[in-house]
Amino acid sequence: MNLVLSIAWTHVRHRARQTLVAIAGVMTGVGFSVMMAAMMEGSQDDFIKTLVDALPHISITDELREPTRQPADKFYAAAEFHGLTPDVRRPGIKNPMATIASLQSWVPGALTPSVQSKAVLRFAGRNLTISVIGIDPRTEADVSNLATHMKQGTLNSLYRSSNAILIGDRLAQKIGARVNSNITLASAEGSTMNATVVGMFHSGFRTTDETTGYVLLKTAQILERQTGIINEIRVRTQDPMQARLISERIGEQTGYKSISWQEAQEDLLSAITLRNVLMYTIVGAILLVASFGTYNIISTITHEKTRDIAIMKSLGFRDGMIRTIFIVEALLVGFVGSALGWALGYLMTRGLASLEFKTPFSDFNHLPVLYSVKHYLLATAVALLSSFVAGYFPARAAARLHPVDIIRGAT
Amino acid sequence: MTTALIEARHMTRILSGVVPVTLVQDISLTIMPCEFVAITGPSGSGKSSLLYLLGLLDLPTSGDVLINGRSTRTMTEEERAEVRLAHLGFVFQFHFLLPEFSITENVALPMRALGRLAPRAIVARAEDLLDSLGLGDHLRKTPDQLSGGQRQRVAVARALANDPPVILADEPTGSLDSVSTEQVFDILRDLVEQQGKAVVSVTHDLNLAARMHRQIRIIDGRLASDERSIGANA
Repeated sequence: MNLVLSIAWTHVRHRARQTLVAIAGVMTGVGFSVMMAAMMEGSQDDFIKTLVDALPHISITDELREPTRQPADKFYAAAEFHGLTPDVRRPGIKNPMATIASLQSWVPGALTPSVQSKAVLRFAGRNLTISVIGIDPRTEADVSNLATHMKQGTLNSLYRSSNAILIGDRLAQKIGARVNSNITLASAEGSTMNATVVGMFHSGFRTTDETTGYVLLKTAQILERQTGIINEIRVRTQDPMQARLISERIGEQTGYKSISWQEAQEDLLSAITLRNVLMYTIVGAILLVASFGTYNIISTITHEKTRDIAIMKSLGFRDGMIRTIFIVEALLVGFVGSALGWALGYLMTRGLASLEFKTPFSDFNHLPVLYSVKHYLLATAVALLSSFVAGYFPARAAARLHPVDIIRGAT
Repeated sequence: MTTALIEARHMTRILSGVVPVTLVQDISLTIMPCEFVAITGPSGSGKSSLLYLLGLLDLPTSGDVLINGRSTRTMTEEERAEVRLAHLGFVFQFHFLLPEFSITENVALPMRALGRLAPRAIVARAEDLLDSLGLGDHLRKTPDQLSGGQRQRVAVARALANDPPVILADEPTGSLDSVSTEQVFDILRDLVEQQGKAVVSVTHDLNLAARMHRQIRIIDGRLASDERSIGANA
């Protein structure tokens, strides 16, 4: 064995109890760091996955990127006008099918047209404002998980009767409607229609389940009193993380407002980032505390070994060699502690993942955790760095000892 | 002309502080091969300080120490450590062995630090040295399993590990009984007479000093006398 390593190993081996305490400190630090990271990132991934699944990755609406310039502004740029009746723009995306065809040529993913509308739902004497979304059942399954969220009926149930509607289970519960119930929808445009509930869905998002209904495109267009109107194109990209870039490009190409899911949920994602900062701060603090144990053991060994250091220096051991011995001792504690910490972290993560708890939405659920090599490597890197720093200062002090001072003291 | 193994030139060592203390003052001397030198003097006279200066464990405030004709004044600490490792062997009053290691490992340490020999050759040489000093039956023992005299013999073996031309000993028999003292003295004498090494030993024991080839007497940090014993009889 290498000389430095063999001396370092002998030192820590002969202080078994102190060494074990220091190793236990690092092990606990690494173990809890791994478990916390697995839990935090697991819940974060689960949350994002739910978010990504529930929403279109990109939503292209009929709002323009720049506000419409009025005709008078176009002709008389230097003049300012007041009191003119503004030019009314026809709502909806121009040539929606051509736009979709054009986007389909390069967007990696699926697209579907839809109509977003607001209406008052009347049933059994109750009036509720809901979002009515006109969809194409043939392509809807490509861009959303609505088909998998159906509790009663299917997307094709919309073809079952004229003016069919799918509503959220919470909305149904709220108004007391069931499948085949007849409801009334009144739009802001003044049109009123009777519709039949042909199915119910449960997305897991309370707002959606309480305030949303899906109808055929044609039904929504009638409700809006705009034949052929498409005011939203929804996109599901193959890689959800690329949505922001694709969305920007779509916006530039079409001139319409294009919002990725990341932009739509910016506040939540910021909160997640903040949570991650907090998590890594806590993890860092745990490992820092563990490093105090390592510092303690190396300081103690250095103090106890003052005479041995003097002997080694008098024999001709160089300062660098003495320093390395004590740093290696700290790193040994760090390595062994980290290795045991991996096992502890893994077992605790498995334990957490096996915990079952009830949710209002499903029978049983498990705490989402993420097993990632990155967590183990990160915790180990921080633990080794802490161990190195904890060992460096006593090691430097040891290397600076003047052998004559110690030898005189001993004699 | 034979080059001096160690040459001290006008060496002075002053400990700085509120009241500076002069440990060694203006000492010049040479140590040649095959010399068996005793450094004597009253307690606190500067004997050990002189030995540490000759052994490069301490730096003179002024003057110089030449090892094999090479000045050490401008050497870095790393270079001085290298010279100690290869050219000088130390034996202290209290054996100063590393307690967790076997005596073979203790003797092997300087060889491993120097790195000139292969690991197997290092172990073989350490065992040979210990065997030659009568410790062949204790190779795997740790220092605390040996008597004081045996430990001091291990310390001598360790000093000889890298085959240095000079052995510097600081009261090597100071903590031993008379039998062990004789054994250690005989070993040191044999190193000079049979192996041609120079041995410089600080001692309080004037009888032992009288049996060495040369006696250097230090009083108040100054060289009081430097005499060769005519017909020194071991």
